[in-house]
Amino acid sequence: MEPRISIVGVGESDCGDVPDKSALQLHQDAAKVALADAGLTKDDVDGLFSCGDDWTHTLQVAEYLGLRPGYVDSTQIGGASWELFVEHAVVALRAGMCNVALLVYGSTARADIKRRRLRDYTPAPRGPAQYEAPYGLTLVGKYALAARRHMHEYGTTRRQLAAVAVAMNQWAQMNPKAFHYGKPLSLDGALKTRMIADPLRQADCCLRTDGGGAVILTTAERARDLRRKPVQVLGTGEAVSHLHMTQWSDMPDLVAAQSGRRALQQAGITPRDVDVLQVYDAFTIMVLLTLEALGFCGRGESGPLVESGALGPGGALPTNTDGGGLAGNQPGMRGVFLLIEATRQLRGECDARQVPDAQVALCNGTGGYLSACGTVVLGA
Amino acid sequence: MNRATSLTSHLPVIDVESAPFWAGTKQHKFLIRHCNACGRSHFYPRHSCPHCWSDNCEWRPASGRGRVYSYTVIHHNDVLPFKEWLPYIVALIDLEEGVRVTTNIVEGTPEVMHVGMPVEVVYERVTDEVTLPQFRPRAQT
Repeated sequence: MEPRISIVGVGESDCGDVPDKSALQLHQDAAKVALADAGLTKDDVDGLFSCGDDWTHTLQVAEYLGLRPGYVDSTQIGGASWELFVEHAVVALRAGMCNVALLVYGSTARADIKRRRLRDYTPAPRGPAQYEAPYGLTLVGKYALAARRHMHEYGTTRRQLAAVAVAMNQWAQMNPKAFHYGKPLSLDGALKTRMIADPLRQADCCLRTDGGGAVILTTAERARDLRRKPVQVLGTGEAVSHLHMTQWSDMPDLVAAQSGRRALQQAGITPRDVDVLQVYDAFTIMVLLTLEALGFCGRGESGPLVESGALGPGGALPTNTDGGGLAGNQPGMRGVFLLIEATRQLRGECDARQVPDAQVALCNGTGGYLSACGTVVLGA
Repeated sequence: MNRATSLTSHLPVIDVESAPFWAGTKQHKFLIRHCNACGRSHFYPRHSCPHCWSDNCEWRPASGRGRVYSYTVIHHNDVLPFKEWLPYIVALIDLEEGVRVTTNIVEGTPEVMHVGMPVEVVYERVTDEVTLPQFRPRAQT
C-alpha cells in the first residue's frame, strides 16, 4: 500500500476587490494562513507548486517568499493546474522528493482590469492561432461554441444553463466571503442579463475578482502530529485534449471522463459515494459538461438534473458550496479554491453552508478552453 | 462594416508552415494537408500528420463546402476592430474533407443560423499578403 498523502492546511488571502496588494503579496498572505492552519512554518516548506500567466513563475514566488525549495512544479494548463499539482505533489511526497508541499496562487485580475493592465485575451495570430485570431473568437465565444453544440445534441436550454448560475448564487448567500453574498439571483433575473456570446449571457460567465489561495500537503506520518485532522487524498487523475476549438474532435465531451475515471478508481468509489462536489465553473456550460463526463448523470442528462435543483442547498448533489467562480470568487485560475472548500467541508467547518456528514469530496478543475481536467477525490 | 479593410491587427503572422496556405487563399484555393500514409486530412496545417506522424503529406485543394458544427453570435468584444463588427457570427465548419475550421459567417444573419447548415467558402482580400477565407450560407443540394 502506497503511503497516504493528506491536505493539512488551507488558506485564502483577501479575495474580491483588493486594490492595494500585489499578486505576489496575495500568494504570501494565502501561504501564511495555510501554514498557520497546518501548524507549520515557512522553513518546513521544501516543495513549491505554483503558476501564473507570466514567465518563471515559481522562481518569482520562491524568491518573494524567501524559499529555496528542492522541488518545484509550474505546470500551467490554466485554472485546473492546482488539481494537477495535487497529483504531482502526491507522487513527489511518496517518492520522498519533498516533505511539505505548498500549492499557492495569487492574482490581481480584477484590479488589473480596473487599471486596464490586463492583457488582451485574444491570442496573438501566430502559429496555430493564426487560423483563428482573424475571426474575433472571444474567450466566452469558445465556451459558447461548446454550449451551442450541447444544446443541439441534447436539447439543453438556456434556462438549464441559467439554473447552474442560480444554484451557485444560492450557495453564495450562505458564504459571507462570497463576492455575490447579499446579491441573490433569480432564474428570470439570470435570463435577463445581457448577451455576451450567444447562447451565453453575463450570468453564465464567472466573476473576475482578486485573491489568492494556498494548500499544504504532506505525508500521513508527518500529518499525525499537526494541528488539523488531515484530509486524505484518495485519488487523482489528469487529462488534456486540445487548445484550439477546431482540434477538439469530440466536442462537447470533456476529458474529465478520463481524469475522473483514474481518480475514482484509485479512491475505489463511484459518483454515488460523493457527498460534496467542487466543479470548476468558469461558465455554466462547464458544470453541465463536467457532471456528464464524471458520470454523475448520463450524456445529455445534465440540463434536467441541474434544473431539478440538485446542485443547490438541500439538493442531492451539493456543488460549489462556496459559491464557485460564478458567485464566490474567481481571480482567473481558481482551481486552488476547489481544494480549499472541499477540505473545509470534510472538516465540517462550513457553518450555514455545511453539507451534513460530508465524508467524500470530489474536485474537478478544468483549464484552457475546456481543454484539460484534473480530478481529486478527498476523504475525511 | 467592412471586415476586410477594418482588419489591420490580428492578421495571420505567416510562417514557413503556413505560407502555402495563405498563398493558396490569394488564388481562392482552400488548401489542406493530406496524408498519403494514413489517408486522412488535417487542419490547421502541420508538416507531419498528427494522426500517424508520417512526413508523407501533401497540400490538396478542399472543396470549400461544409456544414456548421457549432456557432456563436458575439455580442461583446472590446478589442478593435471586432468591436465595430458587433454582433457577428463565429462558426466551426466541418469541411467535406473531414477537417474543422474556424470562420465568420458572412452574408448571413443570426436568425438563419443553425447547426448542420450548409456553407461554402468565399474570399476576402485584406492586404497584399492576406486573403482571408470566410463562409456563407449555401443553398442545399
